[in-house]
Amino acid sequence: MTATAAIAAPVPESPLIEVRELRQWFPVGGGLLRRGDVVRAVDDVSFSIAKGEVLGLVGESGSGKSTLGRAILRMSTPTSGQILFEGRDVTKLGRRALRPLRPRMQFIFQDPFASLNPRMTVRQIVGAPLLIQRPELDGAARDARIGEVLRTVGLSLHYAGRYPHEFSGGQRQRIGIARALILEPAFLVADEPVSALDVSIQAQIVNLLIDIRKELGVAMLFISHDLAVVGHLCDRVAVMYLGRIVEIAPTRALFRRPRHPYTEALFSAVPVPDPTIRRERIILKGDIPSPLAPPSGCAFRGRCRYALPECASAVPPLRQVDGGHWTRCIRDDLKLGRSL
Amino acid sequence: MTTAAALAPLERDLATTGNRAWRRFRRHRLALFGIVAIVLMVLASIVGPWLIPFDQLKIDIRHRFAPPPWGGHLFGTDQLGRDLLVRLLMAGRISLAIGFLAMIVSTAFGTLVGITAGYYGGAIRIVLMRFVDAMLCFPSIFLLLILAAFIQPSVTTITLIIAATSWMEVARVVEAQVRSLRERDFILAAEMIGAPGRYVMFRELLPNAIGPIVVAATLTVARAVLMEAYVSFLGYGIQAPMASWGNMLNNAQQYLGSAPWLAIFPGLMITLSVASFNFVGDGLRDALDARFDVK
Amino acid sequence: MKSENVLEVENLSVTFATERGPLQAVRDVSFTLHAGETLALVGESGSGKSVTSLAIMRLTPPAPLVALGGSVLFTGADGGKRDLVTLDPDAMRAVRGNEISMIFQEPMTSLNPVHRIGDQIAEAITFHEHISARAALDRAAGLLDKVGIPDARRRLSAYPHHLSGGMRQRVMIAMALACNPRVLIADEPTTALDVTVQAQILELMKELQQATGMAVIFVTHNLGVVAEIADRVMVMYSGAIVEKGGVVPLMTRPLMPYTQGLLHSVPRLDPEALGLSPLEAIPGSVPDPFRLPPGCTFAPRCRHREPACEAALPTLEAANGNHDVRCRRWRRLAEARA
Repeated sequence: MTATAAIAAPVPESPLIEVRELRQWFPVGGGLLRRGDVVRAVDDVSFSIAKGEVLGLVGESGSGKSTLGRAILRMSTPTSGQILFEGRDVTKLGRRALRPLRPRMQFIFQDPFASLNPRMTVRQIVGAPLLIQRPELDGAARDARIGEVLRTVGLSLHYAGRYPHEFSGGQRQRIGIARALILEPAFLVADEPVSALDVSIQAQIVNLLIDIRKELGVAMLFISHDLAVVGHLCDRVAVMYLGRIVEIAPTRALFRRPRHPYTEALFSAVPVPDPTIRRERIILKGDIPSPLAPPSGCAFRGRCRYALPECASAVPPLRQVDGGHWTRCIRDDLKLGRSL
Repeated sequence: MTTAAALAPLERDLATTGNRAWRRFRRHRLALFGIVAIVLMVLASIVGPWLIPFDQLKIDIRHRFAPPPWGGHLFGTDQLGRDLLVRLLMAGRISLAIGFLAMIVSTAFGTLVGITAGYYGGAIRIVLMRFVDAMLCFPSIFLLLILAAFIQPSVTTITLIIAATSWMEVARVVEAQVRSLRERDFILAAEMIGAPGRYVMFRELLPNAIGPIVVAATLTVARAVLMEAYVSFLGYGIQAPMASWGNMLNNAQQYLGSAPWLAIFPGLMITLSVASFNFVGDGLRDALDARFDVK
Repeated sequence: MKSENVLEVENLSVTFATERGPLQAVRDVSFTLHAGETLALVGESGSGKSVTSLAIMRLTPPAPLVALGGSVLFTGADGGKRDLVTLDPDAMRAVRGNEISMIFQEPMTSLNPVHRIGDQIAEAITFHEHISARAALDRAAGLLDKVGIPDARRRLSAYPHHLSGGMRQRVMIAMALACNPRVLIADEPTTALDVTVQAQILELMKELQQATGMAVIFVTHNLGVVAEIADRVMVMYSGAIVEKGGVVPLMTRPLMPYTQGLLHSVPRLDPEALGLSPLEAIPGSVPDPFRLPPGCTFAPRCRHREPACEAALPTLEAANGNHDVRCRRWRRLAEARA
């Protein structure tokens, strides 16, 4: 029943990508004679993203946000559920069948050091997608396109002969973005693309992503643990906790008035760079519970200061509280604040 | 180790890795010695026989067992009066050629097996790597002797037989390296653009596994030279009148008391070449170590 | 009591001998640390903030690889002053982990994975104090309790991998506090943690500092954390201090263009500031430490630079009160803003 609600939930016109009741479970432990446990990294997740829309996905480590992003791009095979890309079910497609779809959906990695092959030049790295997907292009045409996409990300063809280690972290991230853009994708998953960078460089890359979405109209799933960055870049935000989306809403609505206690606590925990503000912070007790043995009912109830006995009985369904604003909390009476 | 962690970003910017590897290699005295010795041995084997005024097959019964350095025979002569030095150099051509060729064949095959197993994983990996384990279970010297007993010995067959018993180490090294690289983001990135398997294996993975392959290949040469010596010493390898260091030793054992130089010089050559290749391998391992860890 | 200086750092410099020649990672750093205060050391990667903290602990590699210059005067509990730069290794070991402790970003690398955490804490205690193993374990249980680990006595026999990242950092703090240090150096202690756990650890550190009166040097790149925890702030860039002052004046009225840029480039949570408004990024990137510009190291990225900035490195001058800045134009820039 939660599923039907969730599918109905965020319905932009003509979704580019639609995710229905997606589950990604991983077996752990286990051996020859012993049945292992199952980590429910992503559990019953449904949402959709419209053409040109940017959805932020926020959560802490262990929330399953990265696993979700990778599953949607079919870097793994989901346990159950459905992923529709441009109306087509891609959930069970094999490697070969996915190949013609790859140019339409690309990935931006977190670590600008690990995501570029140290033995390849920038020209080879950025040109590889063309080499594979557009083998008909000759060297000159390829170079022209490489130069074009490098300019888009603020680099020039002048750098094309160099190796990744000759660049700073921010520049490397630009190279990674260029590789993702060269085939003109309709959809990007960006997995914490700025969190490995220095503060002053973070801002450069956030600005670049803002420009890219404005100019190229590419839709994005932007995964981050940083609410402030998400706020600057995204149209809507989904908050994940222990494998499930607990709240999803238009950015402004979520920032003005969060409707899930976990979102409230997240806002409260972000340190604000202004020493004159002294606020009462909500300090959550304990850690995220183990995904091996999640609590019954609402997974957040153990750390929630508004928890009721009923919270333990069943996983709360996603319910709509406002236009496009959904929360997985059974309490309707809460007046959650966001201390700033 | 925390200091190291704090200094890592600094370290990363220091010079290019290639430069650094060469600097580290240069510091390895034994490896430098090994390189020099190998180059000298190869050059001498190629050029030497033309410079020495004796033919390796020229029998001179009057000057049998001439001790060195008698009458221009710097290393003396053997039981047929043939010049030992020129035979040693001609044998060097054979022994070193077998060493290098066996290295090339076994490295190519081992790399192919390792990269396939490491990249595809799953059942393919299990089958291939269990085959590697099975091959390693045979004492390779017996395998070598059995094969040699059935096959007409020649440079080609001996090379292939040695290669057949030497590729497993490379396969294991490559498989381990590829398996760890396999999960790296840049490999995922290649998968994400729909790259076919052979592109990922040979364009993305292989260049990053070159370091360990080069080290393993160098050590394989040493092993192959030694193997050839074994087999030929036992009489199953290179056959007279063609000389190899192994069959020269075999030949020398009857005269060990009367003409010890017949055994000493081939023995020294085997020791020198095997040691040199091992030194170079060690030096390369140390020099390339940091590069295995692709940042 | 408040004005007592536990640490007086004078002209500290750290030079690494590298294959490309000498590399000065820390240049002419001077500051004092008062008892009971928290001094935040802020900077981006390559700024020298971590190397500075390691140099104070003498945890940089030994002499031929690293040359230390200047002095670090430490006032011990007995009132005696010692220069940590020249102290002999044995005496330094007695100070380290005893009177000055350190915690790191990744607690997993600092804890030995094969020993129980109780034994590791107890060992740290018996290393500096001659008490029985049993008494040390009791102390360890007390410490775990103090850093907010529930069921402390039972957790003594846990191994590091049994604990979450936040719990491991608590264990590290417990270990650092084992001998009641006068100074705690925390090098990015919350960077690897989630925000909700970071909030817990910051709260804990504030409480503990109040209870023990130790001084804290908090190394971080996160300006939000600085605002949260610091009394005074020191901003580093390319190995040198570029601005130093009380947390409120420095963060509300920064004088150095770099500090201003850093503060502006942090995205805010304010709902009115949301939605595709570009952030004010600092252009370019940190200079190559081997090819530092001759003048102000920030000049190439600074939008207020004038030719004179690129000629010589400005001195760190006192602006007002305890607020120091390394910028030759700060006076005019401040007037222009006013």
